[in-house]
Amino acid sequence: MENTRSKDWYISSFKKIEESLNGESKTPFHELRKNAISKFEEFDFPTIKNEEWKYTNIAPLLKYNFKQVTGVKISKKDIEKFLIPGLKVNLAVIVNGNYVPELSHFYKQPSGVRIESFRNMVLNDPEFLMKYFGKYASIDNGFVALNTAFAFDGTVLYVPDGAIIEDYIHILNVSGAEGENVLSQPRNLVITGSNSKVRIIESYHSMADNENLTNVVNEVIVGENADVEIYKLQNENMKSFHVNRTQAYQNRGSVFTHYSVTFGGSIVRNDTNTLLDAENCTGNLYGLYLTEGSQHVDNHTLIDHAKPHCQSNEMYKGVLNDSSRGVFNGKVFVRVDAQKTNAYQSNKAILLTSDAMIDTKPQLEIYADDVKCSHGAAIGQLDEEAVFYLRSRGIGEELARTVLIRAFANDIFETLTSQILHDHLNHIVYAKLK
Amino acid sequence: MLTVKDLYVRVEDKEILKGINLQVNRGEVHAIMGPNGSGKSTLANVIAGKEGYEITGGEVTLDGKDLLDMLPEERAREGVFLAFQYPVEIPGVSNASFLKTALNEIRKHKGLEELDAMHFLKFMKEKMKMVGIDDNLINRPVNQGFSGGEKKRNEIFQLQMLQPTLAVLDETDSGLDIDALKVVSHGVNLFRNKDNAVVVVTHYQRLLNYIVPDFVHVLVSGRIVKSGGKELALELEDKGYDWVTNTVPAAETV
Repeated sequence: MENTRSKDWYISSFKKIEESLNGESKTPFHELRKNAISKFEEFDFPTIKNEEWKYTNIAPLLKYNFKQVTGVKISKKDIEKFLIPGLKVNLAVIVNGNYVPELSHFYKQPSGVRIESFRNMVLNDPEFLMKYFGKYASIDNGFVALNTAFAFDGTVLYVPDGAIIEDYIHILNVSGAEGENVLSQPRNLVITGSNSKVRIIESYHSMADNENLTNVVNEVIVGENADVEIYKLQNENMKSFHVNRTQAYQNRGSVFTHYSVTFGGSIVRNDTNTLLDAENCTGNLYGLYLTEGSQHVDNHTLIDHAKPHCQSNEMYKGVLNDSSRGVFNGKVFVRVDAQKTNAYQSNKAILLTSDAMIDTKPQLEIYADDVKCSHGAAIGQLDEEAVFYLRSRGIGEELARTVLIRAFANDIFETLTSQILHDHLNHIVYAKLK
Repeated sequence: MLTVKDLYVRVEDKEILKGINLQVNRGEVHAIMGPNGSGKSTLANVIAGKEGYEITGGEVTLDGKDLLDMLPEERAREGVFLAFQYPVEIPGVSNASFLKTALNEIRKHKGLEELDAMHFLKFMKEKMKMVGIDDNLINRPVNQGFSGGEKKRNEIFQLQMLQPTLAVLDETDSGLDIDALKVVSHGVNLFRNKDNAVVVVTHYQRLLNYIVPDFVHVLVSGRIVKSGGKELALELEDKGYDWVTNTVPAAETV
């Protein structure tokens, strides 16, 4: 069976790496990895029999023996094309899951801010790391277990109370090596104090045209009245496999805003979750996916309202071409204590061909009685009345359709605060939908 | 300029237009009046090229060119403009960029140079002033969240921007209060000249106080049953549609 064979491959890879660790293999931090690999042994990779993976068959990725690759040389010039033109950023570059300090740069930050490699933290400040690591993203499937077992590198960001990080932090991930099927498993941790503010761009790109697997876990702690925005941009090659778990934890009065934009990848699975665990929090989850060929993009979200007087907004949109497939599963939990919750969810998709397909499942579980929750889903084709309206003004049919599709997609970026980022994303959408 | 000859149109199994004849010349304003369901909007939509209508007979030409053989966008580029009864909301597309695209498509067709952003803006500002439309409506997505009056005003603004040769106004007065009606009519009157023509489709005479027609045609059950000058509209207002419907032979109204 592929599943067992593939599992054995990763377990033996783990053992090999472990042998090379020397002293580190005796540390308390490594115990956490060992614990994760034994959980990984217990789990199989999810199959479509698992309710959470019903519409996403990951069997194609089990055919490859993806492996950790180090020492790929990459220059500043190589990554230039992945930067957002004109946007001033603090840059953390991750190549095949490993933090590359020579390519990274940071402007002067308020005192107490830490932006460093996960590797550095493991070696130099494991006590700090262990206060947060693995406390939020629970190991509930094979992918999270695998990432946790292979938690060697990534980016750690600590923003103390009251600190405001002016410029974006761009965590730029590049994967690939000639002739290799690369396994990248960055592990990121974002810890923000009260009244702090930070905006993060998390982008994924490919170097070679091979099948690679990127399996990411992000844990994000949003402090009291803190404002954290994350822009996740998936732009890997069309053969890539990409699995991403982002778990946010929100303290009182905090705002967490997450954008998930998917353009590339063969099979992409995002799990974007936030737990609103104190009063007066706001959680915003937005997403856009544009798919073509035989791409498969699965967005799972969970907005967990645990406390009263919080609000959440969710909007995911997709444009599916050719025989591509989309999945949207949006869970909103309103727990029994979470009175006065205000939750809004919307999910829209346009299918450009009769072969494109989407499975959509809004899932609202409400246990409190004094709440306002709504959701809407609209799947379909373009509004023909609108197409005629544009044509009646002299705009050709093809251009009319393109204009309307672009408008449908770009609508998701309307709330972006950065004009440069807004224009950059619009530009990609523009080029993709021509 | 516009010639409609013996036009028969069906929607599914129902015959809506039963032999329409109409000749509109440059410099003229024609009003098509009629009760609900008489086929007024069908005539407007067929001229503009909306799908869903089956032409079973007759012809429609613009300066001798067969309109029925053209796509909606080709008709627009040839100079046909339909002011919609229910203008469509288009989220995510700003009014200004929509009009720039439309205007340049039409200019390309006419062999004119496309307007660059600066010249377009200058041209647009002139027209905005003329129609009395403000920046706010221009930068918003097309018709999104507009009031009924704003939508109609936006149609007339588009009319001014695109400068067609034939403007067909489909129930432009519906849903307008008297002030909005005056503004919209003023826009249409500014548009009128000896080289273009206007067809006003309306249920009520009210609009024709402001856009004074040269000819009035009364459409009943898919046929033009009476034509005359502007006084015909007043007579209709006075006597009601029963006056003309009663003149249709009984056997044909079944």
